[in-house]
Amino acid sequence: MASAKIAMQTPKRQTIKDSMGDRIFMIVIYTILTLVLIAVVYPLIYILSSSISSPSAVTSGRVWLWPVDISFKGFKVLFDTPQIMQGYGNSLFYTVAGTMISVVLTVMIAYPMSRKSFFGRTVIMMLITFTMLFSGGLIPTYMVVKEFGMIDSRWALLIPNAVWVWQVIIARSFFQNSIPDELFEASEIDGCSDIRFMQSVVLPLSKPILAVLFLMYGVGQWNAYFDALIYLKSSNLFPLQLVLRSIIIMNNSASVTDALKQVERQQLSELLKYSLIVVATLPVLIMYPFVQRYFVQGMLVGSVKG
Amino acid sequence: MSFKKHWQLYLIVIPPVLFFLIFKYYPMLNAVLAFKDYNVIKGIWGSPWVGFKNFQLFFDNPMFWTLAKNTILVSGYLLLAGFPIPILLALMLNEISNGRFKRLVQLVTFAPYFISTVVMVSIIMLFLAPRLGFANVALNYFGFDSVNFLGEASMFRSIYVWSDIWQTAGYSAVIYLAALSGIDPTLYEAAKVDGASRFQKIVHVDLPGILPTITIILILNVGSVMAIGFEKIYLLQNQLNIVNSEIIATYVYKIGLLNANYSFATAVGLFNSLINLVLLFTVNGLAKRITKSSIW
Repeated sequence: MASAKIAMQTPKRQTIKDSMGDRIFMIVIYTILTLVLIAVVYPLIYILSSSISSPSAVTSGRVWLWPVDISFKGFKVLFDTPQIMQGYGNSLFYTVAGTMISVVLTVMIAYPMSRKSFFGRTVIMMLITFTMLFSGGLIPTYMVVKEFGMIDSRWALLIPNAVWVWQVIIARSFFQNSIPDELFEASEIDGCSDIRFMQSVVLPLSKPILAVLFLMYGVGQWNAYFDALIYLKSSNLFPLQLVLRSIIIMNNSASVTDALKQVERQQLSELLKYSLIVVATLPVLIMYPFVQRYFVQGMLVGSVKG
Repeated sequence: MSFKKHWQLYLIVIPPVLFFLIFKYYPMLNAVLAFKDYNVIKGIWGSPWVGFKNFQLFFDNPMFWTLAKNTILVSGYLLLAGFPIPILLALMLNEISNGRFKRLVQLVTFAPYFISTVVMVSIIMLFLAPRLGFANVALNYFGFDSVNFLGEASMFRSIYVWSDIWQTAGYSAVIYLAALSGIDPTLYEAAKVDGASRFQKIVHVDLPGILPTITIILILNVGSVMAIGFEKIYLLQNQLNIVNSEIIATYVYKIGLLNANYSFATAVGLFNSLINLVLLFTVNGLAKRITKSSIW
């Protein structure tokens, strides 16, 4: 068996082998990809290292790759700042509640649209897809949200952007391709209602797509800030991203570090920014290696059939 | 299917359909604001019609050309630089036979996609900060003078575009990788038998194989030229780079929501959306004629 395999391989190797040019080409590719790898990963490591270095090492530029004089001072200040912890709590709430609402609504439209016998599904799908190409715009949308009394309420972050067309398309093509018609026919003969069929047949068979929906909407909610920026006024409702913006981008950290001495205060506020970035991104990045394949899967399902 | 038997399905669809009607179509109706002189007391429908006055105001505004130029330059730059890179990345990854290295590169380049806009801008600001930022510490280390990167209007576009590529290239490459894996393996064997080098194989097998995918993504990208990453640009703006960083979308936000000039801002926004739609249809039509692939 083994010898036969070798015998089969040998002539192949003799007739066609990598030419000098091909080998150089591969070396070039490996080199470029290694550089790309470094360029992407370096800033991430740098930020992580800075966040756990001592404040003076960060401000004097002594951190190059690994942490210098490891300290968790930045994180300590973060967890002692009510403003930030409140933002964290709000973000958690928006992410959990918003994702639930989004996933439920998406399945409610995507599943019926996947049933070929649903009357008017082409029209509804066209109406939905059109909103991807054209929108009323920022102000007209704002007026609607205002009219529904959602300005400066938590609803403004949960409802107006709840359903993403792209996710509806992805979910619909999943249902269409992986729930066999025979299953439906069998349940119909058994006298099973549509809702019952969804609950006990469709959803259990659709775990991969449900995972994709939960993840995409979850990450979207966690990272969102623009709706909060335009619809919210009370700072006790702000999600973490908005708190981040005021501290890092608008450099508004005075209230956070009021109690500290002048020099230390400046050093610490620099460090604080790195710690904040880490704290705001970590939940998503920790999950990421485990769920990456679901994301890839989701993108592909969507791209294969539109 | 009879309504009677499947009434439950039709019932289920109502809430999501209402969502689209209220939050997507109702705003389109509200866009008549662009043709009115909005008065808070009279409301949208009670306010007087003014025809194209708001549009005329925008075209006559000296800001018009600056905004149009900035919007087109930023997104044109992003399209030119950002469109080919994921394709190149996918083609290179596709050549790699070492599974572990390939997976590592994919895992790492995909990750920045999950960084939020606010965090992304924070990272850019920390790295490019005038005094303590990493870029300037490094410049000083090698004996160069410090640069106020975000204060230089001329650097704004490059900062925006290259940070965007850093963040999304790995994510965008996934689609092309999928397309590459769908190419018929016998084509590679035939190319090898004909003595094609790896580079020739890429040019004559890989590229034609993923051309339909490339076309579709190109159409979608061109179709969103006017809808360019408004959130990130808004966060990156400051008084020093505003001459190059004020785009139509950021202007609409400031004029509309911050200055409460609703009618005028709606007209500007509507103009932007219409250009976008026209671009999408044009490119789609061209692609249909030239390469036979299109999004509809």
